[in-house]
Amino acid sequence: MPDRYHISVAPVQPRFHRVGKFGNVDWREDCSRCTNCVKLRCLYDVYKNESAFNRDPETRVETLDQCKACLSCVQGCTKGLLSVSINPGFLEMGDDYWKPEIILTTWNQSDAGRIPVSGAGYRGRFHGPGFDSIWTDMSEIVRPTRDGIHGREYISTSVDIGPKPMRLRFSPEGRLLTSPSRLLELQLPAILDLPRWPVESEHLTAARAAAAEKLETVAVVPAADAAALPKERLPHIAPVLRSDEIEHYGDLLAAVRMGQIVDGRDVTATVAQLQSAYPTLVFSVRMDLTPTTVDRVIELTGSGVKVFHICADHDGRERLDDGRPGRHIKDVLRDVHGRLVKEGMRDEVTLIISGGVALAEHMAKAIICGADLVAVDTPLLIALGCRVCGGGSLCDNGRGCPSSIDSVELNYATQRMVNIMGAWHSQLIEVLGAMGIREVRRLRGEVGRAIFLEDIEKEAFGDLDRVSPAEVGA
Amino acid sequence: MSIDAYPQEHVGREVRPAPDRYRNVLGKYKIDRSADCISCGKCVEICEYGVHQKPKGYAFTLRPQDHLCIGPECAESESSCINQCPQNALTMRRNPSTESMGDPRWSSDLIVSTWHMAETGHAAPPHLNSRTGDSGGGFDKIRFKFETGKFADPTPVPADEIGQIDLGLDLNRSGDNRPQVHIDSPVYGGGMSFGSVSIHAILAKARAMTAWNSFTCTGEGGYHDRLRPYDDHVITQVATGLFGVREETIQRVRIVEFKYAQGAKPGLGGHLLGDKNTPPVARMREAVAGNALFSPFPFHSVYSVEDHKKHLDWIKEVNPNCLVSVKVSTPTDVDMVAVGSYYAGAHIVHLDGSYGGTGAAPDIAKKNIAMPIEFAIPKVHKFLLAEGIRDKITLIASGGIRTAYDALKAIAMGADGVVVGTVEMVAMGCVRCACCESGRGCPRGIASTDPELMQQMTLEWATQRLINLNNAWREQMIEVLARLGMKSIRELRGRSDVLCCISDEATPGGGATESEPVFAGQVTR
Repeated sequence: MPDRYHISVAPVQPRFHRVGKFGNVDWREDCSRCTNCVKLRCLYDVYKNESAFNRDPETRVETLDQCKACLSCVQGCTKGLLSVSINPGFLEMGDDYWKPEIILTTWNQSDAGRIPVSGAGYRGRFHGPGFDSIWTDMSEIVRPTRDGIHGREYISTSVDIGPKPMRLRFSPEGRLLTSPSRLLELQLPAILDLPRWPVESEHLTAARAAAAEKLETVAVVPAADAAALPKERLPHIAPVLRSDEIEHYGDLLAAVRMGQIVDGRDVTATVAQLQSAYPTLVFSVRMDLTPTTVDRVIELTGSGVKVFHICADHDGRERLDDGRPGRHIKDVLRDVHGRLVKEGMRDEVTLIISGGVALAEHMAKAIICGADLVAVDTPLLIALGCRVCGGGSLCDNGRGCPSSIDSVELNYATQRMVNIMGAWHSQLIEVLGAMGIREVRRLRGEVGRAIFLEDIEKEAFGDLDRVSPAEVGA
Repeated sequence: MSIDAYPQEHVGREVRPAPDRYRNVLGKYKIDRSADCISCGKCVEICEYGVHQKPKGYAFTLRPQDHLCIGPECAESESSCINQCPQNALTMRRNPSTESMGDPRWSSDLIVSTWHMAETGHAAPPHLNSRTGDSGGGFDKIRFKFETGKFADPTPVPADEIGQIDLGLDLNRSGDNRPQVHIDSPVYGGGMSFGSVSIHAILAKARAMTAWNSFTCTGEGGYHDRLRPYDDHVITQVATGLFGVREETIQRVRIVEFKYAQGAKPGLGGHLLGDKNTPPVARMREAVAGNALFSPFPFHSVYSVEDHKKHLDWIKEVNPNCLVSVKVSTPTDVDMVAVGSYYAGAHIVHLDGSYGGTGAAPDIAKKNIAMPIEFAIPKVHKFLLAEGIRDKITLIASGGIRTAYDALKAIAMGADGVVVGTVEMVAMGCVRCACCESGRGCPRGIASTDPELMQQMTLEWATQRLINLNNAWREQMIEVLARLGMKSIRELRGRSDVLCCISDEATPGGGATESEPVFAGQVTR
């Protein structure tokens, strides 16, 4: 049996304090010590674990962070003394986009690389902005491999990065003129991107590179930091550099498979020069998502650039001229993809997007909207305990990281990054399986296999009379 | 009528009080009584809701029954217990435990109001929002026009004719020679397998639906012998794993349901975790205890409408008197699926929307795969109308029907009736902690086959809770129909003109501006 792509997830206990959603805030006086709450009511031994501290001073005081809020203790307390509430520390995590629930599920997925499974139905808002206003399709009768859950390893998640010629050209004598494709095949439609804010340390760069090797993908690394990496890691990184820096990194470029050049005035010439100097390398142009991105991509594609890494803001939005956030990347992607299709250039080009890709479903939905693959940034930090404090603005406030991310150990960090991507990979396969699609390459631009809020709501509720929220007191 | 005529049990539909089974009942508000209380009994005199009690002969006032408190509306008045207490010993606040329960789909108000209905058999008091959740979309964005005051009200049904309002539904509309199946209310119970929930929960569901002349469904875990006295009100589910499906379980019922997909995990099949596959569960499913059981997706013998028809014909052959229902999820082409089911010979198309309940499903599937039921109902209804076959098939909607109002909205959008599941669980004491699947299962003893946990709930109590809930829903449905001037639930079907939609508010721009990046996408400060 041939080898198949497999991500080696493994349990790694978190070495940071996990903030739970629920906590006991009120244990009023007059407890009769009946111990019903501890022994009888709590199925999860939350109270027992907490009181372990009383017996062993070395044990860390665990607040009731593992509480599931089943409320059995509250309702069963002999004297009605207990209350459980939502932990304010939980609500403080993250920001408007990186919600506490995203952080918590990312922690859980990083523990062992498992898909989050739970009972009851969906518990969130009906829809939200951005990726949360898309539902993916499913097929009632088509399963890509016809063998239920056991066929998932036959679903391909590999993608190619690089220029793809639309046709071969031959000389009148029949000699092949088209140069061989330089394609970088990744087994996962995701690369590991730079952190969004300055927490970069050698540890993290090394961990991302090591994780990329295990995941058979690449990690984006500032060229200056690549020197510290072991040689064998270099094929798994994509150094990012400016046009004016390339002459300093000749040796590095000779050792890697992919490079990223920051968009600028000379970028076309730089990419052309690099492509001729390093014929086996794939070069992408890294650019911010702005209102002119669509035109810029078309322009650069026409002049020979075929791989783009488009970076939206941290919450997945484009950056307007005055710095304010604009449209969500899902909308821009549909534009970019549509324009490229219209111009007959889509299949020549690889689109990588980053920004706001917070959950596995965002990866699938970005690909549906037209990306070939995504670049993952903040979830890799969250896997190590990051709480996205103040949207990432508090890392250098002098009080230190509550999860000590800057001092994590290499193997620990690597495995937790592998775990989170492993969980994402399994979830992507769930989506592909439900849609009856056998490879992720076919998911790209499949907007007909997705349900967009704006369309479906118009179709379903379009003929209903409208009232304003004020008129119904909402 | 069942084939082998097992003696059927009669269950009455009388409403009786079925108070919460826990010692401390959760309400929306909490009343704290400080040590300054002198047990003068003033609060007992004042409170008409029974929050304060001092039984005869007691020296002290009892702990406040704060779940009965109606909140600020009363508390802020001059005559409230808070303001009248001579010692200022009473304070009121939102109950933090209640606030930690629920979620945007199922707000704590919805849970507490469902408990109230299950306890009393009547609608919840106005301080609880028992009509909509806080999810911001779907049913929560739809209102009946009469709720807004913006539109002219229709002529209501005269008071003396309200008693004649009919909620009944005939399920066989195909015109074939199979028997008619009539249900007294447009609601029946969803499939929950033995294994995913306790036998008490299964039997309570069956008994309550027997009382209300409707149906419950076995789910995919086999047909428990204890369900036999309710055969006439049970739907045998045939799902892809075929766990516990035998010819006699198909022959003894009046409706057989083919489950193609489940809304909460569309396209993914079912999964009973090993922990819940206890020896009795394994026996029913003819499987090995302790092993995780997968119900694969899809039916491997169905590639087309013709294959689908072959399946239905097979069931119809095995039981010549049953109706066949087809349970499907809500893909983009759900309208075509419904038409296909009609041509295959189904009597009922049961659409299960993506936000529905489950014992265990990947979170990614619950949120993202397939469309919510609110979108699927009008899509299918309009398509069936255009095809000219709407009156030949019964359209049932499920997957996120939480309240009587949701059910009525679903019907006004085009469904004939609805299937509920989660609301039954909530009535039996579920707090939606979502731990149905882990370890020993439900900590509240509903979705668990753990012999110790399931004893937390008695069958009699659970049955009464569900009977009461059905009564409360029925009262609310009749009230709404009366306001709409309709004498039958069948008149409401497809009358989306009685509904209105809350328009979207401007989406906030949000987000802080950032300084120039070192590399694109990276932020420096």
